[in-house]
Amino acid sequence: MSRTRTPVVAGWFIGDGDGFRLLGTRCSACASVFFPREDAHCRNPACPGGDLKEVPLSRRGRVWSYTDSRYRPPSPYVTDPELPWEPYTLIAVELAAEGLVVLGQAVPGVTVGDLAVGMEVEVVPGVLHEDAETVWTTWQWRPTRGR
Amino acid sequence: MTEDVAVLGVGLHPWGKRGRSFVEYGAAAARAALADAELDWRDIRSIVGADTVRGGYPGYVAGATFAKALGWQGARVTSVYAACASGAQAIGAARAQILAGLAETVLVVGADAAPKGFFRPAGGDRPDDPDWLRFRVLGATNPTYFGLYARRRMALHGDTPEDFAQVKVKNSAMGALNPHARYRKRVTAQEVAASAVVADPLRLLDICATSDGGAALVLSSMEFARRHCVAEPVRIRAVSTVTPRYPNTVLDLPDIATDSAVAAEPAAEPFRASIATAAYEEAGIGPEDLSLAEVYDLSTALELQWYEDLGLCAEGEGAKLLREGATSPGGRIPVNASGGLASFGEAVPAQAIAQVCELTWQLRGFAGERQIADARVGVSANQGLFGHGSAVIAVR
Ligand SMILES: [Zn+2]
Repeated sequence: MSRTRTPVVAGWFIGDGDGFRLLGTRCSACASVFFPREDAHCRNPACPGGDLKEVPLSRRGRVWSYTDSRYRPPSPYVTDPELPWEPYTLIAVELAAEGLVVLGQAVPGVTVGDLAVGMEVEVVPGVLHEDAETVWTTWQWRPTRGR
Repeated sequence: MTEDVAVLGVGLHPWGKRGRSFVEYGAAAARAALADAELDWRDIRSIVGADTVRGGYPGYVAGATFAKALGWQGARVTSVYAACASGAQAIGAARAQILAGLAETVLVVGADAAPKGFFRPAGGDRPDDPDWLRFRVLGATNPTYFGLYARRRMALHGDTPEDFAQVKVKNSAMGALNPHARYRKRVTAQEVAASAVVADPLRLLDICATSDGGAALVLSSMEFARRHCVAEPVRIRAVSTVTPRYPNTVLDLPDIATDSAVAAEPAAEPFRASIATAAYEEAGIGPEDLSLAEVYDLSTALELQWYEDLGLCAEGEGAKLLREGATSPGGRIPVNASGGLASFGEAVPAQAIAQVCELTWQLRGFAGERQIADARVGVSANQGLFGHGSAVIAVR
Protein backbone atom coordinates (compact mmCIF):
# COMPACT_ATOMS: atom_id res chain seq x y z
CA MET A 1 0.00 0.00 0.00
CA SER A 2 1.49 3.34 -0.97
CA ARG A 3 1.35 6.13 1.55
CA THR A 4 0.29 9.65 0.67
CA ARG A 5 2.92 12.36 0.61
CA THR A 6 1.57 15.33 2.51
CA PRO A 7 3.34 18.66 3.12
CA VAL A 8 3.79 19.31 6.86
CA VAL A 9 2.24 22.75 6.16
CA ALA A 10 0.01 23.37 3.15
CA GLY A 11 1.09 26.06 0.70
CA TRP A 12 4.65 26.64 1.93
CA PHE A 13 6.47 24.74 -0.82
CA ILE A 14 5.84 23.02 -4.15
CA GLY A 15 7.46 20.79 -6.76
CA ASP A 16 9.97 17.95 -6.90
CA GLY A 17 13.69 17.58 -7.52
CA ASP A 18 15.26 20.63 -9.16
CA GLY A 19 11.80 22.17 -9.47
CA PHE A 20 11.28 22.28 -5.69
CA ARG A 21 10.69 25.80 -4.30
CA LEU A 22 9.61 27.47 -1.11
CA LEU A 23 6.47 29.54 -1.68
CA GLY A 24 5.95 33.01 -0.29
CA THR A 25 3.77 35.92 -1.26
CA ARG A 26 4.72 39.28 -2.73
CA CYS A 27 2.89 42.57 -2.27
CA SER A 28 1.92 44.13 -5.62
CA ALA A 29 2.22 47.64 -4.14
CA CYS A 30 5.58 47.63 -2.32
CA ALA A 31 7.21 44.34 -3.49
CA SER A 32 7.75 43.08 0.08
CA VAL A 33 8.04 39.30 0.21
CA PHE A 34 6.53 37.24 3.01
CA PHE A 35 7.55 33.80 4.22
CA PRO A 36 5.66 32.16 5.83
CA ARG A 37 3.12 33.48 3.34
CA GLU A 38 0.98 36.45 4.28
CA ASP A 39 -2.33 36.23 2.43
CA ALA A 40 -4.47 38.83 4.19
CA HIS A 41 -2.57 42.12 4.18
CA CYS A 42 0.92 43.50 3.55
CA ARG A 43 2.80 44.04 6.84
CA ASN A 44 4.96 46.92 5.62
CA PRO A 45 3.59 49.88 7.66
CA ALA A 46 4.65 52.30 4.91
CA CYS A 47 2.62 50.42 2.30
CA PRO A 48 -1.02 51.26 1.50
CA GLY A 49 -1.54 47.53 0.90
CA GLY A 50 -1.51 45.70 -2.42
CA ASP A 51 -2.57 42.30 -3.67
CA LEU A 52 -0.55 39.46 -2.23
CA LYS A 53 0.48 37.06 -4.98
CA GLU A 54 2.13 33.69 -4.49
CA VAL A 55 5.79 33.64 -5.54
CA PRO A 56 8.46 30.94 -5.49
CA LEU A 57 11.48 31.96 -3.41
CA SER A 58 15.07 31.78 -4.63
CA ARG A 59 16.38 28.26 -4.69
CA ARG A 60 19.81 29.21 -3.40
CA GLY A 61 21.01 31.34 -0.55
CA ARG A 62 23.89 31.78 1.89
CA VAL A 63 24.22 30.46 5.43
CA TRP A 64 23.33 33.21 7.96
CA SER A 65 23.99 30.86 10.85
CA TYR A 66 23.60 27.22 11.89
CA THR A 67 23.25 25.00 14.93
CA ASP A 68 22.01 21.55 15.82
CA SER A 69 19.53 19.86 18.11
CA ARG A 70 21.43 17.41 20.30
CA TYR A 71 18.38 16.59 22.41
CA ARG A 72 14.98 15.35 21.36
CA PRO A 73 12.63 18.33 20.87
CA PRO A 74 9.26 18.17 22.62
CA SER A 75 5.91 17.56 20.90
CA PRO A 76 4.48 18.66 18.46
CA TYR A 77 7.81 17.65 16.87
CA VAL A 78 7.21 14.02 16.00
CA THR A 79 9.83 11.44 16.96
CA ASP A 80 9.82 7.76 17.81
CA PRO A 81 10.64 7.56 21.53
CA GLU A 82 11.65 3.91 21.02
CA LEU A 83 14.59 4.93 18.82
CA PRO A 84 17.77 6.61 20.07
CA TRP A 85 17.82 10.33 19.30
CA GLU A 86 19.70 11.30 16.14
CA PRO A 87 20.72 14.99 16.21
CA TYR A 88 19.92 17.06 13.11
CA THR A 89 21.30 20.35 11.90
CA LEU A 90 19.36 23.61 11.53
CA ILE A 91 20.45 26.25 9.02
CA ALA A 92 19.25 29.85 8.75
CA VAL A 93 19.68 30.93 5.15
CA GLU A 94 19.81 34.44 3.74
CA LEU A 95 18.00 34.79 0.40
CA ALA A 96 19.49 37.84 -1.32
CA ALA A 97 16.73 38.57 -3.83
CA GLU A 98 13.99 38.44 -1.18
CA GLY A 99 16.09 40.15 1.54
CA LEU A 100 15.08 37.64 4.21
CA VAL A 101 16.42 34.76 6.27
CA VAL A 102 14.63 31.38 6.31
CA LEU A 103 15.28 28.67 8.87
CA GLY A 104 15.18 25.02 7.91
CA GLN A 105 16.63 21.63 8.69
CA ALA A 106 19.72 20.49 6.80
CA VAL A 107 19.48 17.35 4.68
CA PRO A 108 20.27 14.27 6.78
CA GLY A 109 23.99 13.65 7.12
CA VAL A 110 25.03 17.33 7.03
CA THR A 111 26.55 18.28 10.40
CA VAL A 112 27.65 21.62 11.82
CA GLY A 113 31.22 20.60 10.94
CA ASP A 114 30.28 20.72 7.25
CA LEU A 115 29.01 24.30 7.40
CA ALA A 116 30.30 27.87 7.58
CA VAL A 117 28.54 31.23 7.69
CA GLY A 118 28.36 32.57 4.13
CA MET A 119 28.42 29.13 2.46
CA GLU A 120 26.00 28.58 -0.43
CA VAL A 121 23.13 26.18 0.13
CA GLU A 122 20.07 25.19 -1.89
CA VAL A 123 16.57 24.16 -0.95
CA VAL A 124 15.57 20.55 -1.60
CA PRO A 125 12.52 18.44 -0.79
CA GLY A 126 12.84 16.26 2.30
CA VAL A 127 10.90 13.99 4.60
CA LEU A 128 10.15 15.20 8.13
CA HIS A 129 8.72 11.90 9.40
CA GLU A 130 6.53 9.02 8.28
CA ASP A 131 3.63 7.19 9.85
CA ALA A 132 1.40 4.30 8.74
CA GLU A 133 -0.58 6.32 6.19
CA THR A 134 1.47 9.41 5.46
CA VAL A 135 4.92 10.60 4.46
CA TRP A 136 5.15 14.14 5.85
CA THR A 137 7.24 16.27 3.51
CA THR A 138 9.19 19.45 4.23
CA TRP A 139 12.00 21.64 2.86
CA GLN A 140 15.66 21.08 3.70
CA TRP A 141 18.88 22.96 3.01
CA ARG A 142 21.81 21.28 1.30
CA PRO A 143 25.30 22.73 0.68
CA THR A 144 25.95 23.25 -3.05
CA ARG A 145 29.73 22.93 -2.70
CA GLY A 146 31.24 20.33 -4.99
CA ARG A 147 28.06 19.93 -7.02
CA MET B 1 11.36 63.07 30.43
CA THR B 2 8.50 61.70 32.51
CA GLU B 3 8.20 61.93 36.27
CA ASP B 4 9.77 59.29 38.49
CA VAL B 5 7.90 56.69 40.50
CA ALA B 6 9.28 55.42 43.80
CA VAL B 7 10.19 51.81 44.57
CA LEU B 8 8.99 51.43 48.15
CA GLY B 9 9.34 47.69 48.49
CA VAL B 10 10.95 44.70 46.78
CA GLY B 11 10.50 41.00 47.44
CA LEU B 12 11.55 37.68 45.94
CA HIS B 13 10.62 34.10 46.59
CA PRO B 14 13.86 32.14 46.06
CA TRP B 15 14.23 30.58 42.59
CA GLY B 16 14.35 26.79 42.28
CA LYS B 17 12.29 23.78 41.30
CA ARG B 18 9.99 23.02 44.16
CA GLY B 19 6.87 21.64 42.53
CA ARG B 20 4.56 24.16 44.23
CA SER B 21 2.00 26.48 42.61
CA PHE B 22 3.08 29.79 41.05
CA VAL B 23 0.43 31.44 43.28
CA GLU B 24 2.36 30.45 46.37
CA TYR B 25 5.62 31.91 45.01
CA GLY B 26 3.95 35.15 43.92
CA ALA B 27 2.07 35.64 47.18
CA ALA B 28 5.26 35.06 49.19
CA ALA B 29 7.15 37.60 47.08
CA ALA B 30 4.25 40.06 47.43
CA ARG B 31 4.22 39.74 51.21
CA ALA B 32 7.98 40.30 51.28
CA ALA B 33 7.66 43.44 49.15
CA LEU B 34 4.83 44.80 51.31
CA ALA B 35 6.88 44.17 54.46
CA ASP B 36 9.88 45.86 52.85
CA ALA B 37 7.67 48.87 52.02
CA GLU B 38 6.17 48.82 55.53
CA LEU B 39 2.70 48.92 53.98
CA ASP B 40 -0.42 46.92 54.74
CA TRP B 41 -1.86 45.06 51.72
CA ARG B 42 -5.28 46.55 52.54
CA ASP B 43 -3.88 50.02 51.84
CA ILE B 44 -2.71 49.14 48.30
CA ARG B 45 -5.18 50.52 45.75
CA SER B 46 -4.03 48.64 42.65
CA ILE B 47 -2.43 45.30 41.82
CA VAL B 48 -0.81 44.37 38.51
CA GLY B 49 -0.04 40.73 37.78
CA ALA B 50 2.36 39.42 35.13
CA ASP B 51 0.67 36.38 33.60
CA THR B 52 2.05 32.89 33.16
CA VAL B 53 0.86 30.53 30.42
CA ARG B 54 1.77 27.52 32.54
CA GLY B 55 -0.72 27.87 35.40
CA GLY B 56 -4.02 27.29 33.62
CA TYR B 57 -6.74 29.95 33.89
CA PRO B 58 -5.38 31.47 37.13
CA GLY B 59 -2.13 32.14 35.23
CA TYR B 60 -3.97 34.20 32.57
CA VAL B 61 -5.56 36.39 35.25
CA ALA B 62 -2.51 36.63 37.50
CA GLY B 63 -3.45 40.02 38.98
CA ALA B 64 -6.73 38.69 40.33
CA THR B 65 -5.15 35.38 41.33
CA PHE B 66 -2.59 37.13 43.54
CA ALA B 67 -5.21 39.59 44.89
CA LYS B 68 -7.38 36.65 45.96
CA ALA B 69 -4.42 34.82 47.52
CA LEU B 70 -3.50 37.91 49.53
CA GLY B 71 -7.17 38.43 50.46
CA TRP B 72 -9.74 40.36 48.40
CA GLN B 73 -9.66 43.99 49.50
CA GLY B 74 -11.17 45.86 46.55
CA ALA B 75 -8.02 46.98 44.73
CA ARG B 76 -8.12 47.84 41.01
CA VAL B 77 -6.75 44.85 39.08
CA THR B 78 -4.68 44.51 35.89
CA SER B 79 -3.12 41.43 34.31
CA VAL B 80 -0.63 41.62 31.46
CA TYR B 81 1.14 39.14 29.23
CA ALA B 82 4.20 39.94 27.12
CA ALA B 83 6.23 36.70 27.14
CA CYS B 84 9.59 37.30 28.85
CA ALA B 85 8.82 41.02 29.09
CA SER B 86 5.59 40.39 31.05
CA GLY B 87 7.15 41.58 34.31
CA ALA B 88 8.38 44.80 32.75
CA GLN B 89 4.98 45.46 31.18
CA ALA B 90 3.43 44.97 34.60
CA ILE B 91 5.84 47.59 35.95
CA GLY B 92 4.98 49.82 33.00
CA ALA B 93 1.24 49.49 33.64
CA ALA B 94 1.68 50.21 37.35
CA ARG B 95 3.82 53.24 36.60
CA ALA B 96 1.28 54.59 34.10
CA GLN B 97 -1.49 54.31 36.71
CA ILE B 98 0.62 56.19 39.25
CA LEU B 99 1.67 58.92 36.80
CA ALA B 100 -1.95 59.29 35.64
CA GLY B 101 -3.06 59.74 39.23
CA LEU B 102 -5.25 56.62 39.19
CA ALA B 103 -3.41 55.01 42.10
CA GLU B 104 -0.85 56.20 44.61
CA THR B 105 0.48 52.74 45.45
CA VAL B 106 0.58 49.68 43.20
CA LEU B 107 1.70 46.13 43.93
CA VAL B 108 3.38 44.41 40.97
CA VAL B 109 3.69 40.60 41.09
CA GLY B 110 4.97 37.92 38.72
CA ALA B 111 5.58 34.24 39.40
CA ASP B 112 6.02 30.98 37.51
CA ALA B 113 6.23 27.27 38.13
CA ALA B 114 8.24 25.90 35.22
CA PRO B 115 8.09 22.41 33.72
CA LYS B 116 11.12 20.13 33.46
CA GLY B 117 13.14 20.40 30.26
CA PHE B 118 12.48 22.58 27.20
CA PHE B 119 9.68 25.11 27.14
CA ARG B 120 7.07 23.75 24.73
CA PRO B 121 4.01 25.22 23.05
CA ALA B 122 0.48 24.76 24.33
CA GLY B 123 -1.22 21.55 23.20
CA GLY B 124 -3.46 20.95 20.18
CA ASP B 125 -2.94 21.45 16.43
CA ARG B 126 -2.49 25.16 15.74
CA PRO B 127 -0.93 25.66 12.28
CA ASP B 128 -1.58 29.43 12.51
CA ASP B 129 0.56 29.78 15.67
CA PRO B 130 4.26 30.46 14.88
CA ASP B 131 5.27 28.98 18.25
CA TRP B 132 3.50 25.70 17.42
CA LEU B 133 4.89 25.71 13.86
CA ARG B 134 8.54 26.06 14.80
CA PHE B 135 8.29 22.97 17.00
CA ARG B 136 6.13 20.96 14.56
CA VAL B 137 8.06 21.75 11.40
CA LEU B 138 11.63 22.25 12.65
CA GLY B 139 11.82 21.01 16.25
CA ALA B 140 13.41 24.41 16.89
CA THR B 141 13.65 24.71 20.70
CA ASN B 142 14.69 27.96 22.36
CA PRO B 143 18.32 26.77 22.74
CA THR B 144 18.62 26.20 18.98
CA TYR B 145 17.90 29.90 18.40
CA PHE B 146 20.52 30.77 21.04
CA GLY B 147 22.91 28.46 19.17
CA LEU B 148 22.25 30.30 15.90
CA TYR B 149 22.99 33.67 17.53
CA ALA B 150 26.15 32.36 19.20
CA ARG B 151 27.51 30.85 15.97
CA ARG B 152 26.76 34.07 14.12
CA ARG B 153 28.77 36.02 16.71
CA MET B 154 31.69 33.62 16.31
CA ALA B 155 31.65 34.08 12.54
CA LEU B 156 31.15 37.87 12.57
CA HIS B 157 33.06 39.01 15.65
CA GLY B 158 35.49 36.19 16.41
CA ASP B 159 33.92 35.30 19.75
CA THR B 160 35.01 31.88 21.03
CA PRO B 161 33.33 29.21 23.17
CA GLU B 162 35.92 30.16 25.82
CA ASP B 163 34.54 33.73 25.83
CA PHE B 164 31.03 32.37 26.31
CA ALA B 165 32.22 30.17 29.19
CA GLN B 166 33.75 33.20 30.92
CA VAL B 167 30.28 34.78 31.11
CA LYS B 168 29.12 31.73 33.08
CA VAL B 169 32.22 31.88 35.30
CA LYS B 170 31.54 35.56 36.07
CA ASN B 171 27.80 35.17 36.68
CA SER B 172 28.06 32.00 38.76
CA ALA B 173 30.57 33.73 41.05
CA MET B 174 27.98 36.45 41.73
CA GLY B 175 25.13 33.97 42.02
CA ALA B 176 27.10 32.14 44.70
CA LEU B 177 26.70 35.30 46.81
CA ASN B 178 22.95 35.68 46.20
CA PRO B 179 20.59 33.95 48.66
CA HIS B 180 17.70 34.17 46.16
CA ALA B 181 19.57 32.43 43.33
CA ARG B 182 18.83 28.81 42.42
CA TYR B 183 22.44 27.89 41.57
CA ARG B 184 24.86 29.02 44.24
CA LYS B 185 27.99 27.23 43.16
CA ARG B 186 30.90 28.82 41.31
CA VAL B 187 31.44 27.24 37.90
CA THR B 188 34.81 26.97 36.16
CA ALA B 189 35.54 27.30 32.45
CA GLN B 190 36.58 23.64 32.49
CA GLU B 191 33.17 22.65 33.86
CA VAL B 192 31.41 24.60 31.09
CA ALA B 193 33.63 22.96 28.46
CA ALA B 194 32.93 19.52 29.93
CA SER B 195 29.14 19.95 29.90
CA ALA B 196 27.15 18.41 27.05
CA VAL B 197 26.53 20.33 23.82
CA VAL B 198 22.83 21.22 23.63
CA ALA B 199 22.73 23.35 20.49
CA ASP B 200 26.13 23.81 18.87
CA PRO B 201 28.20 25.80 19.83
CA LEU B 202 26.38 26.13 23.17
CA ARG B 203 26.69 23.67 26.03
CA LEU B 204 24.40 22.92 28.92
CA LEU B 205 26.16 25.41 31.19
CA ASP B 206 25.92 28.15 28.52
CA ILE B 207 22.13 27.98 28.56
CA CYS B 208 19.83 29.16 31.32
CA ALA B 209 17.50 26.68 32.95
CA THR B 210 13.76 27.08 33.43
CA SER B 211 12.89 27.83 37.05
CA ASP B 212 10.19 28.43 39.59
CA GLY B 213 10.28 31.85 41.22
CA GLY B 214 8.29 34.86 42.32
CA ALA B 215 9.08 38.58 42.40
CA ALA B 216 7.16 41.64 43.55
CA LEU B 217 7.51 45.41 43.81
CA VAL B 218 5.56 48.07 45.66
CA LEU B 219 5.61 51.24 43.57
CA SER B 220 4.21 54.63 44.56
CA SER B 221 4.07 58.24 43.52
CA MET B 222 6.98 60.40 44.70
CA GLU B 223 4.45 62.43 46.70
CA PHE B 224 3.24 59.29 48.53
CA ALA B 225 6.86 58.27 49.24
CA ARG B 226 7.50 61.66 50.86
CA ARG B 227 4.36 61.37 52.98
CA HIS B 228 5.43 57.84 53.88
CA CYS B 229 8.70 59.40 55.10
CA VAL B 230 10.92 57.74 52.52
CA ALA B 231 13.21 60.68 51.75
CA GLU B 232 15.45 59.15 49.10
CA PRO B 233 13.70 56.16 47.55
CA VAL B 234 15.08 54.32 44.56
CA ARG B 235 13.14 55.69 41.61
CA ILE B 236 12.10 54.23 38.28
CA ARG B 237 12.90 56.80 35.62
CA ALA B 238 12.14 54.87 32.43
CA VAL B 239 10.26 51.76 31.30
CA SER B 240 10.77 50.89 27.65
CA THR B 241 8.48 48.30 26.08
CA VAL B 242 8.82 49.22 22.40
CA THR B 243 8.09 46.85 19.50
CA PRO B 244 10.38 46.09 16.54
CA ARG B 245 10.31 48.21 13.40
CA TYR B 246 9.53 46.70 10.00
CA PRO B 247 11.51 45.08 8.52
CA ASN B 248 12.89 43.13 11.49
CA THR B 249 15.90 41.44 9.90
CA VAL B 250 17.07 39.39 12.90
CA LEU B 251 15.59 35.90 13.21
CA ASP B 252 13.74 36.34 16.50
CA LEU B 253 12.00 33.63 18.51
CA PRO B 254 9.67 31.97 17.56
CA ASP B 255 9.88 32.95 13.88
CA ILE B 256 10.82 30.65 11.01
CA ALA B 257 11.89 33.60 8.83
CA THR B 258 12.67 37.30 9.11
CA ASP B 259 10.85 40.16 7.46
CA SER B 260 11.93 41.03 3.93
CA ALA B 261 14.25 44.03 3.56
CA VAL B 262 13.65 44.19 -0.17
CA ALA B 263 11.09 47.01 -0.13
CA ALA B 264 11.88 48.89 3.09
CA GLU B 265 15.23 49.90 4.54
CA PRO B 266 15.84 48.28 7.96
CA ALA B 267 16.08 50.77 10.84
CA ALA B 268 19.65 51.79 11.65
CA GLU B 269 19.23 50.16 15.06
CA PRO B 270 18.18 46.53 15.47
CA PHE B 271 15.31 45.70 17.82
CA ARG B 272 17.25 45.03 21.03
CA ALA B 273 19.27 48.22 20.69
CA SER B 274 16.07 50.20 20.07
CA ILE B 275 14.65 48.91 23.37
CA ALA B 276 17.66 50.39 25.20
CA THR B 277 17.62 53.63 23.23
CA ALA B 278 13.98 54.27 24.10
CA ALA B 279 14.81 53.80 27.80
CA TYR B 280 17.83 56.10 27.64
CA GLU B 281 15.78 58.78 25.87
CA GLU B 282 12.96 58.54 28.39
CA ALA B 283 15.42 58.80 31.31
CA GLY B 284 17.54 61.51 29.70
CA ILE B 285 20.73 59.53 30.28
CA GLY B 286 23.18 57.49 28.24
CA PRO B 287 25.12 54.27 28.73
CA GLU B 288 28.06 56.28 30.12
CA ASP B 289 25.90 57.20 33.15
CA LEU B 290 25.28 53.60 34.22
CA SER B 291 26.66 52.06 37.41
CA LEU B 292 25.41 48.55 36.63
CA ALA B 293 23.21 46.53 34.30
CA GLU B 294 21.05 43.43 34.68
CA VAL B 295 20.64 41.77 31.28
CA TYR B 296 18.77 38.72 30.02
CA ASP B 297 21.49 36.09 29.69
CA LEU B 298 19.28 33.33 28.29
CA SER B 299 22.62 32.13 27.01
CA THR B 300 26.16 33.22 27.79
CA ALA B 301 26.59 34.48 24.21
CA LEU B 302 23.43 36.59 24.49
CA GLU B 303 24.92 38.47 27.44
CA LEU B 304 27.73 39.65 25.15
CA GLN B 305 25.12 40.71 22.59
CA TRP B 306 23.40 42.84 25.25
CA TYR B 307 26.67 44.69 26.02
CA GLU B 308 26.56 45.97 22.46
CA ASP B 309 22.82 46.55 22.32
CA LEU B 310 22.96 48.59 25.55
CA GLY B 311 25.82 50.66 24.11
CA LEU B 312 28.31 49.53 26.77
CA CYS B 313 30.73 48.94 23.89
CA ALA B 314 30.75 49.09 20.11
CA GLU B 315 29.25 46.34 17.97
CA GLY B 316 31.43 43.24 17.94
CA GLU B 317 33.37 44.26 21.06
CA GLY B 318 31.29 42.46 23.67
CA ALA B 319 33.82 39.69 24.21
CA LYS B 320 36.63 42.26 24.49
CA LEU B 321 34.68 44.14 27.16
CA LEU B 322 34.24 40.89 29.08
CA ARG B 323 37.91 39.91 28.73
CA GLU B 324 38.97 43.33 30.07
CA GLY B 325 36.91 42.68 33.19
CA ALA B 326 34.78 45.79 32.62
CA THR B 327 31.57 43.86 33.29
CA SER B 328 32.85 42.07 36.42
CA PRO B 329 32.39 43.45 39.94
CA GLY B 330 34.86 46.32 40.35
CA GLY B 331 34.88 46.90 36.59
CA ARG B 332 33.64 49.96 34.72
CA ILE B 333 30.09 48.60 34.27
CA PRO B 334 29.33 45.41 36.22
CA VAL B 335 26.70 43.27 34.48
CA ASN B 336 24.45 40.75 36.23
CA ALA B 337 25.65 41.39 39.77
CA SER B 338 22.67 39.25 40.82
CA GLY B 339 24.22 36.25 39.10
CA GLY B 340 21.86 36.69 36.15
CA LEU B 341 19.70 34.03 34.56
CA ALA B 342 22.80 31.82 34.65
CA SER B 343 22.33 31.61 38.44
CA PHE B 344 18.56 31.98 38.64
CA GLY B 345 17.20 30.12 35.64
CA GLU B 346 14.22 31.77 33.98
CA ALA B 347 10.90 32.16 35.80
CA VAL B 348 9.34 34.01 32.88
CA PRO B 349 6.84 36.54 34.34
CA ALA B 350 8.94 37.06 37.48
CA GLN B 351 12.30 37.57 35.80
CA ALA B 352 12.05 41.18 34.63
CA ILE B 353 10.62 42.13 38.05
CA ALA B 354 13.50 40.31 39.77
CA GLN B 355 15.93 42.33 37.66
CA VAL B 356 14.44 45.53 39.08
CA CYS B 357 14.55 44.07 42.61
CA GLU B 358 18.30 43.58 42.17
CA LEU B 359 18.76 47.11 40.83
CA THR B 360 16.86 48.40 43.86
CA TRP B 361 18.99 46.49 46.38
CA GLN B 362 22.14 47.68 44.62
CA LEU B 363 21.00 51.31 44.46
CA ARG B 364 20.01 51.23 48.14
CA GLY B 365 23.43 49.83 48.98
CA PHE B 366 21.79 46.75 50.53
CA ALA B 367 23.16 44.08 48.17
CA GLY B 368 25.46 42.56 50.77
CA GLU B 369 28.49 40.70 49.50
CA ARG B 370 27.61 41.39 45.86
CA GLN B 371 27.23 45.17 46.38
CA ILE B 372 28.54 47.33 43.52
CA ALA B 373 30.27 50.32 45.13
CA ASP B 374 28.42 53.64 44.91
CA ALA B 375 25.73 52.41 42.52
CA ARG B 376 23.69 55.42 41.30
CA VAL B 377 22.04 54.36 38.02
CA GLY B 378 21.04 50.90 36.87
CA VAL B 379 19.42 49.46 33.77
CA SER B 380 17.68 46.14 33.22
CA ALA B 381 17.10 44.69 29.77
CA ASN B 382 15.28 41.69 28.37
CA GLN B 383 13.75 40.25 25.22
CA GLY B 384 11.02 37.72 24.76
CA LEU B 385 8.97 36.02 22.09
CA PHE B 386 6.62 37.72 19.62
CA GLY B 387 8.32 41.13 19.44
CA HIS B 388 8.51 41.79 23.14
CA GLY B 389 11.36 43.36 25.05
CA SER B 390 11.95 45.75 27.88
CA ALA B 391 14.43 48.01 29.57
CA VAL B 392 13.93 49.68 32.94
CA ILE B 393 16.14 52.46 34.30
CA ALA B 394 16.30 52.96 38.07
CA VAL B 395 18.18 55.71 39.89
CA ARG B 396 18.77 56.98 43.41
ZN1 LIG C 1 3.12 46.23 0.58
